[in-house]
Amino acid sequence: MLYRENGQFKTSYRADQQLLPITQDRWLMIALIALSFLVVPFVASDYAFRALIVPFLILTIAAIGLNILVGYCGQISLGSAGFMGVGAYVAYNLTVRVPQLNFLVVLLLSGGSAALVGIAFGIPSLRIKGLYLAVATLAAQFFLDWAFSRIPWFTVDSPSGSVSTNLIELFGWSVERPVDKYLLVLGLLCALTLAAKNLTRSHIGRAWMATRDMDVAAEIIGVRPVVAKLSAFAVSSFYAGIAGALWGFVHLGAWEPAAFSVILSLNLLFMIIIGGLGSMIGSFFGAAFFVLLPLLLNRVPGMLGIDLSTTMKSQLEAMIFGGLIVLFLAIEPRGLARLWAIGKEKLRIWPFPH
Amino acid sequence: MSMYHTTAQLRHNWPVVLLATLLAAGLAAPLASGAATSGFFLEVLLGGLMAGVLYSLVALGFVLIYKASGVFNFAQGAMVLFAALAAARLAEHMPLALAATLALLLMIAFAWLVERIVLRPLVNQSAVALLMATLGISTFLEGFGQALWGSAIYSINLGLSKEPMILGAQLFEGGILVSRDDLVATSVVGALVLVLGLFFQKTATGRALRAVADDHLAAQSIGIPLNRIWVIVWSVAGFVALVAGLVWGSKLGVQFSLSEVALKGLPVAILGGLTSVPGAIIGGLIIGVGEKFAEVFLGQALARWFHLQGGGIENWFAYVLVLAFLLVRPEGLFGERHIDRV
Repeated sequence: MLYRENGQFKTSYRADQQLLPITQDRWLMIALIALSFLVVPFVASDYAFRALIVPFLILTIAAIGLNILVGYCGQISLGSAGFMGVGAYVAYNLTVRVPQLNFLVVLLLSGGSAALVGIAFGIPSLRIKGLYLAVATLAAQFFLDWAFSRIPWFTVDSPSGSVSTNLIELFGWSVERPVDKYLLVLGLLCALTLAAKNLTRSHIGRAWMATRDMDVAAEIIGVRPVVAKLSAFAVSSFYAGIAGALWGFVHLGAWEPAAFSVILSLNLLFMIIIGGLGSMIGSFFGAAFFVLLPLLLNRVPGMLGIDLSTTMKSQLEAMIFGGLIVLFLAIEPRGLARLWAIGKEKLRIWPFPH
Repeated sequence: MSMYHTTAQLRHNWPVVLLATLLAAGLAAPLASGAATSGFFLEVLLGGLMAGVLYSLVALGFVLIYKASGVFNFAQGAMVLFAALAAARLAEHMPLALAATLALLLMIAFAWLVERIVLRPLVNQSAVALLMATLGISTFLEGFGQALWGSAIYSINLGLSKEPMILGAQLFEGGILVSRDDLVATSVVGALVLVLGLFFQKTATGRALRAVADDHLAAQSIGIPLNRIWVIVWSVAGFVALVAGLVWGSKLGVQFSLSEVALKGLPVAILGGLTSVPGAIIGGLIIGVGEKFAEVFLGQALARWFHLQGGGIENWFAYVLVLAFLLVRPEGLFGERHIDRV
């Protein structure tokens, strides 16, 4: 009843093509953005920022990137953490070697270099697909892992192979407190989400989806597969690179090469499967689920009076993740995002039956 | 006419020729450049072959499942871990043979569950969806196995002496060291391949499996029960995983890393051609030897030339080799030629 588009007539093409065509959606989005910029900074605790909110936001950026490649363009990737690593190490090198550079420029450059690496490793996708592409991207992951730990140039000759970052300065604003970090990441996430959403609505996004649904048919109607696939790899790796730089600088602060291992790649893939392949909001759901599940496993058994050891919790986490992936693929392949859409659909006619 | 025939063949097979040449050159280089004495050289070669045998064992599991159900089973590594954990923990209370039998029964139950819960609902889905589903199975099985059996390092005692044997002491200075369990592993794998070959070629079930591998629909239309075939083939893969887990576990100890070492089986299966059992064996040997040589000789050279911090190229060598090979010959060494190309 509340969520009804009765009487909302679209009288221009602009109105028909806007991002959120339903008035209630627009108000909800405005409220959400206002809430996260104006209320959350004063309400949430430092712990919540550090352990939950900031990782959630950064992982969302990475998940959006991977979703563009896997969900929109249909090219599977098991190497997204490697591309995050490229972003993180490029950002580290830039801040150490060219300290006067603005952090936003650093982010753009690290995203850009990750995009270049992504294109290089995306070239096999022009010849192979599906299972074989999974192996090609795994090759990228293992090679990049090795490069970061063995080539001293990446870590600026750090003897242990681990690096620690400097304070981020942005136009005189030093991003030091958890709230500052939150606002920085939130701002970037909003900009990147908007860009990604619009990209997927543009001709290039339609080319991605056509390639995903049937590559031969796409080629026949004039989509150039080389351009479509490599641009998906580039955009996806660009997002991964920015997310990696933020993960290193804002979330971790100091990291070892193992921070960007194949486990993170798989987790990112799990996030978008559970959240919803080929959906922006699915990336948010997936990342939120991934961050919240360990917290729930920490709290809930304790409340029920069951005492679990730490290893048991991590194993339980693996079981829940694995089980949910199989369940979602079998029952609801479009993930939590689809459940959300069904809920909205139901809400349109609620509480009346028709 | 025959001339034309050979040129055409050569044109198709040049990647294989190139690979063989590169491997031969890679093998000869350390000897020729004097970087290794012949005794050390043979030791590295044997070590590579032994590792390769173990890789083949895992790759065999991939190939079996891919042949029969078109699923690229990412969970093979987790199956190795689970089977080895089950056998190792059960063997603490009973003789190893009984424990291994129980573990095999568990793997068969697992195969049945996979067919019911995963394969049946996902039938006719894209290969990528199935791949992701096996990733889910893999994660679940790793968590479940360790929650059930514990996550410490357990040992499996196959009753072999750990004393290494010294071979050819009269030929080279100091001879070459060969460990006994490596030899046993090799003979076990040989026997397993023989048995699987007989099973596929001579039994009715094996014939049905090959029919399903050729064409699902045609096999179903002549009355081969697809679902039962899937259970069988996943059980056989579980059996292979158990053997791999036992051999490997007795060598390295049963621990989580078993599941990651199994990732090495993936490039092996692809290099050999996903549909070929002999391909898995030869691919395993090539990658085992290539990797050891790359690590021992090329890695050191790289580290010297580029001032790297140690070699460690073992981790990606197999993958990059396979990636390069895939680009020129997507069907692998012995695979069937109708592979999805774009």
